Amino acid sequence: MTDAVQFRFRDDEMTTSPAVTFEACCEQSNATAVRLEPGDDARALLPFLDRLELVEVNFPAYTDGRGYSAARILREEGYTGELRAVGDVLVDQIAYMRRCGFDAFAPATPMDEGDVDAALNRFPQVYQKMVDGRRPIPDLRHE
Amino acid sequence: MYLYDSYDQAMVDARVEEFRDQAQRRLEGRITEEQFRPLRLMNGLYLQLHAYMLRVAIPYGTLNSTQMHMLADIADKYDRGYGHFTTRQNIQYNWIKLEETADLLADLASVEMHAIQTSGNCIRNISSDHFAGAAADELVDPRPYAELLRQWSSFHPEFSYLPRKFKIAVIAAETDRAAMKLHDIGIQIIKNDAGELGAAFYVGGGMGRTPMIAPMIREFVPLDQLITYAEACLRVYNRYGRRDNKYKARIKILVHELGKEEYTAQVEEEFKHMLEQGVEPPFAELERLRTFFEDPAFADGAKTVDRSDPDFALWVDRNTHRHKRDNYVSAVISLKPVGGIPGDASAEQMHLMADLAKEFSFDELRVMHTQNIVLPHVRIADLHALWTRLEAAGLGAPNLDTIEDIIACPGLDYCSLANARSIPLAQRISERFAENGRTEELGELKLKISGCINACGHHHAGHIGILGVDKKGTENYQLLLGGSEAQDTSLGKITGRGFDENGVIDAIETVTDIYLEKREDGERFLDTYRRIGMDPFKEALYD
Amino acid sequence: MKILTGNDLKTGEVIWWDGESWSRHVDDAVDVGDAADAILAREDAARRVNSGYAIEASQEGDRVRPAHIKDRVRALGPTVRPDLTLKPDDPDAIREVV
Repeated sequence: MTDAVQFRFRDDEMTTSPAVTFEACCEQSNATAVRLEPGDDARALLPFLDRLELVEVNFPAYTDGRGYSAARILREEGYTGELRAVGDVLVDQIAYMRRCGFDAFAPATPMDEGDVDAALNRFPQVYQKMVDGRRPIPDLRHE
Repeated sequence: MYLYDSYDQAMVDARVEEFRDQAQRRLEGRITEEQFRPLRLMNGLYLQLHAYMLRVAIPYGTLNSTQMHMLADIADKYDRGYGHFTTRQNIQYNWIKLEETADLLADLASVEMHAIQTSGNCIRNISSDHFAGAAADELVDPRPYAELLRQWSSFHPEFSYLPRKFKIAVIAAETDRAAMKLHDIGIQIIKNDAGELGAAFYVGGGMGRTPMIAPMIREFVPLDQLITYAEACLRVYNRYGRRDNKYKARIKILVHELGKEEYTAQVEEEFKHMLEQGVEPPFAELERLRTFFEDPAFADGAKTVDRSDPDFALWVDRNTHRHKRDNYVSAVISLKPVGGIPGDASAEQMHLMADLAKEFSFDELRVMHTQNIVLPHVRIADLHALWTRLEAAGLGAPNLDTIEDIIACPGLDYCSLANARSIPLAQRISERFAENGRTEELGELKLKISGCINACGHHHAGHIGILGVDKKGTENYQLLLGGSEAQDTSLGKITGRGFDENGVIDAIETVTDIYLEKREDGERFLDTYRRIGMDPFKEALYD
Repeated sequence: MKILTGNDLKTGEVIWWDGESWSRHVDDAVDVGDAADAILAREDAARRVNSGYAIEASQEGDRVRPAHIKDRVRALGPTVRPDLTLKPDDPDAIREVV
């Protein structure tokens, strides 16, 4: 199943390669797109980061937060390709997902664009250093 | 105490508007209850037996009088004239309307308060020592560290959909007044041999259906790595905590199943990685936070009280705690009047407590996890005037840490998870002991009642604990003995088969009789139990 | 008999299905037989009830008594605050719940 990408916050061309499973990616050396399930270890992808153009992170249920760690780890490790949240992705989670490094969203149920816009612009600042480059409040206080 | 700057205020204000929008979408049917539930929970809003319930965060239990007045006003304006102080130093309101909740949150925000992350599978309100900044025995005030953690954990993008809820407590004294080792993470601020401050991390404690005492996983985390280490602890949990069974999803199960060594090894590995990410707030931020918790302008005054009034003398002996200044004490306002509802306070009482804080305690109050209120810095010279005012308002019960000072969860009178009522038991037990006059004789005796296995009433950690269960549709109560949530943390053991309501009250009297009969000089109930074991109690209860 | 209960979405008040609408009073509850799921689905979709569910109860004269103590507490109010229950002036009300 391929969910349609509804939001994409990157300028490069979207890859047309189909995402292979995590297992297939680890075995087959030429895949450029992979889909992670919640239990998959994102760090196992580190040897392939150079060739990966797309990592899809599946959220079978929005309450399963493992995908947030997977995304942030990939960004911390230097992954710069597309990081796409797929599945049960809801508007009220999208701002946190952006902060963890997701830059594309393919929700199973399309989101209202106005709601997404509001959600992404709701909070003026952030408290934590994440992987989106935003300066957290504790840093801003001591500039 | 901590005061918001414009950053904090803007974040809390934004959260109010976010919730207003979310509630509106729910009311309009644009999101389902299933989608809304975690959103409302992360704003402290439950659906309970009779209505929505809102839990308001009181970070590390510290309040000023303006905030306490607002809590009272909220009780009048949005609820039915009262609130309930909880075992995690928060307050909850029982009769809230969804359609008014955003307005309520806006009122809270106007006094630098919120309900953020007081429920849900996220990092909850940080709790701490209720005598912080006042106690004679503390190393430093733990609250700057708690505040640092509060800000870091608020709206944390990676850790808002954890396997289960996550509770952190911070203390900085050898005496544990926050049940630190019964938290997901317990942090004790300590000094190493070189005289530097740091944090000992205890991870994987908790109560609930599988109670566990947290093992120490690291003796010393330097203060400038505190957040980074916490981040590593949480990441390992978020990635590997069980999500297949909600009853096995707390971090205590992960630590237990992996083993302390393996969990620690994974945290250390992640910690090494996180150190490279530079996630720690600048140290100047910790220094800034410390300035909010400096001593108030203490004055000189008498170091003793006139004990000629025996009622006053008893209250002083029972309800005051040693202060770092010898002419001050911390005074405890008991919310456990005989026959009363533990932790409940009317709006009028809240207003009075706020006024007294302003007058006698540098504008500061604390909520204890034992559901009482502390005025942390009271001049000994002012104690009689304070007590007189409390007595007149029915808030002068001299029963701190006695069998009348019962912790009780809301139980089946309010809570949709409960199997049995807790409050009526607490009421009848305090009445029984007030009547038979043994409260004073029994001395320190911590009795804790939960209405279900989730253990909000901390029954595992009571010297005497009571657990309400559902036995074929009727209320039944199991009795536990030997728990402690202090530095000598232990978990209570069940005596045997359960009792009905009358039976369990009689059973408690039986158990205390055994203690009085067997105790040796200076022994508390817990000490006697630990010396003689369960058998003598069992024999008296069941033979 | 099988009756339906839940909470009012906006106010959170405890409500009972009376055959046409939702009532605050358990004694108004009617037996819904096999129709529980259909009524709940419709009422939930119309946002007239939140977290509705069906329970067993018995008809005793003009009174309806839920089988489980939890729903009897819901029907009355907190037993420790008679003043806040639906029957503040009835001294027997709490005894009947337990």
